[in-house]
Amino acid sequence: MNQGPFYQRDRRWQPPALTPDYKTSVARSPQYSMISLGTTVSEITGPVFGHNDVDPRDSDLLTNYAKPGESPIGERILLHGRVLDENAKPVPNTLVEIWQANSGGRYRHRKDTYLAPIDPNFGGCGRTLTDEAGYYCFRTVKPGAYPWRNWVNSWRPAHVHVSAFGTAFAQRLITQCYFEGDPLIPICPIVKTIPDDEAIEQLIAKLDLNATIPLDTIAYKFDIVLRGRRSTYFENRPEGN
Amino acid sequence: MRQTLDYLKETPSQTAGPYVHIGLAPGAAGFEIYKNELGWDIAGPHAAGERIRIEGSVIDGMGSPIKDVLLEAWQANAAGTYAHPEAGGTVEDGFRGWGRVITDFETGEWGFDTIKPGSVTDGTVGVMAPHISLWFVARGVNIGLHTRLYFDDEQDANAGDPILNLIEWEKRRKTLIAQRTERDGKTVYRFDIKLQGEDETVFFDI
Ligand SMILES: [Fe+3]
Repeated sequence: MNQGPFYQRDRRWQPPALTPDYKTSVARSPQYSMISLGTTVSEITGPVFGHNDVDPRDSDLLTNYAKPGESPIGERILLHGRVLDENAKPVPNTLVEIWQANSGGRYRHRKDTYLAPIDPNFGGCGRTLTDEAGYYCFRTVKPGAYPWRNWVNSWRPAHVHVSAFGTAFAQRLITQCYFEGDPLIPICPIVKTIPDDEAIEQLIAKLDLNATIPLDTIAYKFDIVLRGRRSTYFENRPEGN
Repeated sequence: MRQTLDYLKETPSQTAGPYVHIGLAPGAAGFEIYKNELGWDIAGPHAAGERIRIEGSVIDGMGSPIKDVLLEAWQANAAGTYAHPEAGGTVEDGFRGWGRVITDFETGEWGFDTIKPGSVTDGTVGVMAPHISLWFVARGVNIGLHTRLYFDDEQDANAGDPILNLIEWEKRRKTLIAQRTERDGKTVYRFDIKLQGEDETVFFDI
């Protein structure tokens, strides 16, 4: 059984390009319709990453930028889960990258000028490959909420930016992971670019007590689903059958 | 019992935001954290074919270059083979065919060095003219945009390309053609991506 084309992307589940409440999208959203292409060999292939590309330490944000013996300030968390496809099959050996603000809500970035201080022991990015079961795990601190210029008084809910590849350029995805119980989630114009409330739920990591390390680190679970593919079993039957 | 389909839904996309660099291109943004940065070397030292440079910018609806773009390229080698197990062939040692660049914080220009890809044969649509698949994100872009770069010195191949020919409006096909120039003896192709306006770039729902 071979792998065939990818299922078409559900554009009513994904955010549209033009979402006026998120003001920056207005001048940055294409206005003509996209051309529906289907997946040729250029889209069903994509970059392959291996263990030479990432260092095991890259996934530990508590230590990957900290001075020896020191630690970033904030709530210590494990952010973990699986990368699956739409057929619920694990996606092994795929690259997952994250970046985030520190526990005060400040990014280590030249363009971020928020009042909250830079944490000398926190870089704010990590990367890892999923294992054979599609599993990934990062150790980090829970990011803080931060203000941004959209309306006069707009605050982003605490979030971690997440990038995933899958096996094909057609699966390329960047999203944001939010945390269960945050009152800023339902009023955020960036969250609300997603039209369907059920789809928004898919971005909210759940407290995972079973994965917490007692007296050490609390855990949140965040599964990522990439596009799935048809099997071509029937198309492969010899002609004339 | 009522039957249900047990497919999962694709995770919804969210904008990469203005700080994408610290996550995906920290070194390029002047932040040293990883030993090796991914996506800097697309073709590697052993790839056959013409060495070229691609340069461009992403222009918003006001005509201004966007200065927080992260762009990724995906291409075949000069023989038209992708560095992927499903591509049905092998590629030169060190050829990955994938690159990642950010736009300059002041000018909004991006650019990368690579080799010119060959024509690619697809089992369904047939022979596609040499092209590079591009995908980019930025603040204000809710879901990454896919487009393709073709080459203006491949007129015959472009005329027969099944993807360009999918575009009903001939004048819109031109938005996917990079313009060849020479600079200091080097071949440079220019490819500006326009998000809005009469000459809006063609984007693909793949
Ligand atoms: Fe953010």
